[in-house]
Amino acid sequence: MTQPLLKIENVSKRFTRMPGLAERLVGRLTGGGKPVVVHALSDVSFDVARGEVVGIVGESGCGKSTLGRVVSGIYAPSDGRVVLDGKPVAHERGGNVEKLTTRVQMIHQDPFASLNPRMKVGETVAEGPRHHGIIPRGEVQARVRALIEKVGLEGAYADRLPHQFSGGQRQRIAIARALAMDPELLVLDEAVASLDVSIQAQVLNLFMELRRDLGLTALFISHDLSVVRHVCDRVAIMYLGRLVELAPADVLYSDPKHPYTRALFASVPTVGSGKREFEAIKGEIPSPINPPPGCAFHPRCPLAGPRCRVEVPKLAGAGASRTVACHLNDGGVELKDKAA
Amino acid sequence: MADSATTTGGTLAVPAAPPAETRAMRLRNFWSDYRQSWVALAALAVIVALAIGAFGAPFLVPQDPYDLANLDWMDAFLTPGEVGTGGYVHLLGTDNAGRDMLSAILYGLRTSFVIGLSAGALALAIGITVGLTAAYFGGRIEALLMRVVDLQLSMPAILLALVLVAVLGQGVFQIILALVVAQYAYFARTTHGAATVERRKDYIEAARSTPLPTRRVLFSHLLPNVLPPLIVVATVQVASAISLEATLSFLGVGLPLTEPSLGTLISNGFKYIHAGRYWLSIYPGIFLMFTVVAINLVGDQVRTILDPRNSR
Repeated sequence: MTQPLLKIENVSKRFTRMPGLAERLVGRLTGGGKPVVVHALSDVSFDVARGEVVGIVGESGCGKSTLGRVVSGIYAPSDGRVVLDGKPVAHERGGNVEKLTTRVQMIHQDPFASLNPRMKVGETVAEGPRHHGIIPRGEVQARVRALIEKVGLEGAYADRLPHQFSGGQRQRIAIARALAMDPELLVLDEAVASLDVSIQAQVLNLFMELRRDLGLTALFISHDLSVVRHVCDRVAIMYLGRLVELAPADVLYSDPKHPYTRALFASVPTVGSGKREFEAIKGEIPSPINPPPGCAFHPRCPLAGPRCRVEVPKLAGAGASRTVACHLNDGGVELKDKAA
Repeated sequence: MADSATTTGGTLAVPAAPPAETRAMRLRNFWSDYRQSWVALAALAVIVALAIGAFGAPFLVPQDPYDLANLDWMDAFLTPGEVGTGGYVHLLGTDNAGRDMLSAILYGLRTSFVIGLSAGALALAIGITVGLTAAYFGGRIEALLMRVVDLQLSMPAILLALVLVAVLGQGVFQIILALVVAQYAYFARTTHGAATVERRKDYIEAARSTPLPTRRVLFSHLLPNVLPPLIVVATVQVASAISLEATLSFLGVGLPLTEPSLGTLISNGFKYIHAGRYWLSIYPGIFLMFTVVAINLVGDQVRTILDPRNSR
């Protein structure tokens, strides 16, 4: 295969909150008052090929949105680097980063918050490409109209304000804004999660159609397993800031390997099975401020052994272009038998 | 491409959005809301009348009070309604130098308006910049800028202005400077409060990740969304700048009598009030009061309209 469009190399992201003056003073006496570090991403690596859509799935707080923001250059990674087309994105300072991050565009979850309420939507779409000279000046108006039509709205809507549109229409405008920058990579952060199901389907169909027409590459961040299956070529499962499993969608859905992936799938309701008990994952997702040692999933894992409590499992190949981070896999232990 | 709406939208065509709301329509809506209160209407009428009087003063009044050649000692302390040596009626009387009070008041009002508006506008510009910068960048910059603002707000504006005028000396420019320094903090705090809320919204992140330059994110995305509360603060601060200036002038550190503002006139007449020559102080006082109260009433009505809880 040729060079991947996006390479994420050992990316970690930590957020540090320094204690305030008063807290530090109290800390002097009580021994507290130290900086609080949140480990949002720990040592995440994977590639995305040109034209591929990779789904990122996980519970709230697993770091999937942080990953999206690191890739789109909003956050700089604490360790590691993000390489777009052979050039590092979020590590450089200054104008170079700007030029590179124009090639990654993000679509946010809530279309009611992601459009400037006091800016006409046509201007919202036109602003970025005009500033970066992506569209020649004389053609901006025509291009904006064409884009707005491309996402399924009337070109004349360019003169309206966001509050005159429904949620689905706003999300189409957000897509038009991203496309206006001629991006090579789209990051969709829960892009349909806040829409009604019928509208979700429309927006997803629009995305699939655009993908076919424009050959888009995308990171599709979601917690909705069925949507991800519908849209993505490969799926990455994240837990507590780490990648636990990455596999082609059909492989993953037919035969999940990691105990966490299995637990996730077990909690998806299915049609036709009648009433049944959901096998909820026991316990709560641990705090990323103080993640458990060893495999982060071990306190909730039904199969955890002594090794899981001390050693962090590496992401390793497990056949069929799949990688899993679980000790049960490299020992040649057949997971299926034990899980039953 | 137009039919992509139907293909991507499945069976659902995209519903038509309501007709675009033009600027003219928004203005008309604003006006029909404003008219609801007759007090606010009256206040607006008072301001308009005072502004016409102040800025049209050279064409309206018989005397240029700045021109000493026009003054005649013979006309000193004429009571309201008396006819002086110039052959015209002094409607509000004259002062100790034979100045026609109505002329002096309207000229003084002009000075007050100019000082109030320019100090307000300058303080607004500086306050917005400080508030937006603090809210947007956060961290140490925010801590530094906003602690200075807090420090300033913890002492009375009049005290700060007094000290500054004492240092800078008298004159229109110095007064404006003192007022700006004393007042920008109110704008900075209001901007900062609103901007810290808006800053966390996704459209700011979207603009940053496009990426757009910081200046553009600040002034074409963040600023328009923090403007409504600022309009209200701005009206109130113009009124307060006018009364601050009047106070400084009354205390004798503001404008000199050769360039009178309302405060200077009140101060000048104060000496004669026990001698029964009330008109020297009372009439400028009444004009000052009407100006400040009217501006405040207008600001109050604007706030009522812009308040999102006050739904239409």
